[in-house]
Amino acid sequence: MVPKNTKGMMLSLEGITVSFDGFRALNALNLYLEVGELRCIIGPNGAGKTTLMDVITGKTRPDEGFAWFGQTADLLRMSEPEIAQAGIGRKFQKPTVFENQTVFANLELAMAGPKTVWKWLNARITPTELDRIDDTLRKIGLNEHRFAPAAILSHGQKQWLEIGMLLMQDPQLLLIDEPVAGMTPHEIERTAELLVSLAGLHTVMVVEHDMEFVRSIARRVTVLHEGSVLAEGDMATIGADPRVKQVYLGE
Amino acid sequence: MPMVEGRVAELTPDRGGRRLLLLLAAVGVLMPCLNVLPGEGSMLHVSNYTMTLTAKYMSYGMLALAVDLIWGYCGIMSLGHGAFFALGGYAMGMYLMRQIGARGVYGNPLLPDFMVFLNWKELPWFWHGFESFPYAVAMVVLVPALLALVFGFLAFRSRVSGVYLSIITQALTYALMLAFFRNDMGFGGNNGFTDFKDIVGFNLQAAGTRVVLFVSTAVALGLSYVLCRYVIASRAGRVIMAIRDAESRARFLGYRVEYYKLWVFVLSAIIAGVAGALYVPQIGIINPSEFSPVNSIEIVIWVAIGGRGTLYGAVIGAFLVNLAKTYLTGAFPSVWLYGLGALFIGVTLFLQHGVVGVLGQWRRARLAGVP
Repeated sequence: MVPKNTKGMMLSLEGITVSFDGFRALNALNLYLEVGELRCIIGPNGAGKTTLMDVITGKTRPDEGFAWFGQTADLLRMSEPEIAQAGIGRKFQKPTVFENQTVFANLELAMAGPKTVWKWLNARITPTELDRIDDTLRKIGLNEHRFAPAAILSHGQKQWLEIGMLLMQDPQLLLIDEPVAGMTPHEIERTAELLVSLAGLHTVMVVEHDMEFVRSIARRVTVLHEGSVLAEGDMATIGADPRVKQVYLGE
Repeated sequence: MPMVEGRVAELTPDRGGRRLLLLLAAVGVLMPCLNVLPGEGSMLHVSNYTMTLTAKYMSYGMLALAVDLIWGYCGIMSLGHGAFFALGGYAMGMYLMRQIGARGVYGNPLLPDFMVFLNWKELPWFWHGFESFPYAVAMVVLVPALLALVFGFLAFRSRVSGVYLSIITQALTYALMLAFFRNDMGFGGNNGFTDFKDIVGFNLQAAGTRVVLFVSTAVALGLSYVLCRYVIASRAGRVIMAIRDAESRARFLGYRVEYYKLWVFVLSAIIAGVAGALYVPQIGIINPSEFSPVNSIEIVIWVAIGGRGTLYGAVIGAFLVNLAKTYLTGAFPSVWLYGLGALFIGVTLFLQHGVVGVLGQWRRARLAGVP
């Protein structure tokens, strides 16, 4: 069965319910992401943000509901690697980069493509691949650090590198969990610019606690509360909503 | 210029490696010359003993390279690499035993002495073919490779790693030692093989044969270094290091981690096997003590002392520790094991990057001191 509204949508979730021992982490949740959209998901702790990401990436299976990627891919029938292969990339909160290797090598390692030993043993990097890495290096603002070992990067730079590694896999949909946690104000600003620049080419979904940051990037914001969508709209609408004020913004 | 930049990462300077190769070339040329040309009494004469000892160190250097390749770059700490060395050595030993022919003590043209002694009537099936040198060379490579393939497949597929893997590699070499000690295995029991006469028809005691074997060992060590370096500097090498540093992340990026590990483990076993095959004709004996677990632990100590994860450091470590061993076991036989233990503890505590790391620090300090 196909949900009614998949047209022009990158992601369509309908009636998703996930229970853990009777606790409803997600409760009949409906969420649609348009192609090329940059969407922020906010909500108090326990609202179901992480569970939502787990459902989209196949880590958690919902008890009920439908989840469609594009028009044709039924996420609930796909394994985690299949979902990743299909073009959904996820950045976890804690960055894991290869500290002993250069920024360049980190991106090279993350590049999509066949990855067998024999191919890699003799493979020289092609001009196309090099262009892609250069392109990503500029996007994430680490061009001048390309031959620095990842270990010497700041926390914020590691987060960008991690986003860059995600981009090297060429995903259509990027799920980004708390990108600015622990960043300096300057780094937060740069991250906002980065995420805004990614929208359009990719569909980006950001889960974040930092309201200032959300205000600076978001065109559309979805507020989660007790496992379902409480409100959705631009920052002004959300800010004016009395229910949202009550559960989240006003606290 | 983007193409040039892309290659910079692959051509990281390898000053230590180049020096090692130069040194090796010098030793490989000079030592045989000084062994053959000057007379016995000359100041410049290098004795057979010194040359054989150097050849032994060079084959140990290959063994250390093999261990550094998997431990230093892929995080697989094998405490059983002596087994692959010994298997390569045994394969070569079987060939050398068949070369003895009717010149053995019992004069049996087909059966090696120990079989006659055990009253065996015919050659066991696995001894057939070893009269041929190319066959023996193939076995030197294939037997360690096959063992590494099967063992590695089972271990890496089940995601055995870290200290558990180290323990089962110890068990592997210990089990092989017990097996090879048994007379009915057909490998000469605790005496192993010795009294070799010829290799491809040349007398092993002849000066020319010694020189060829010595030079072959130097060349094999040099080639092994270049091969390991090539692997490490390739894109596959970067994947291997990524696996060492964050295995699950590498898996998450789509790399089949277990195949990479298996591949590098088999390559390492082959290098160790070839080292063993070069060791045996020059040292003149192979017996089950080569499988002893302590031997395998010593290899890891060589690598740690030289400097793990540098390749050339492993070779230096093998030379230094074995020089010390040769001296100390001669001068103070009872002290050696304590010395080795103290060395290992000292290196682990104070010199985490080994001798090579200390030299690098000195060099940087000196460069920094120059205004």
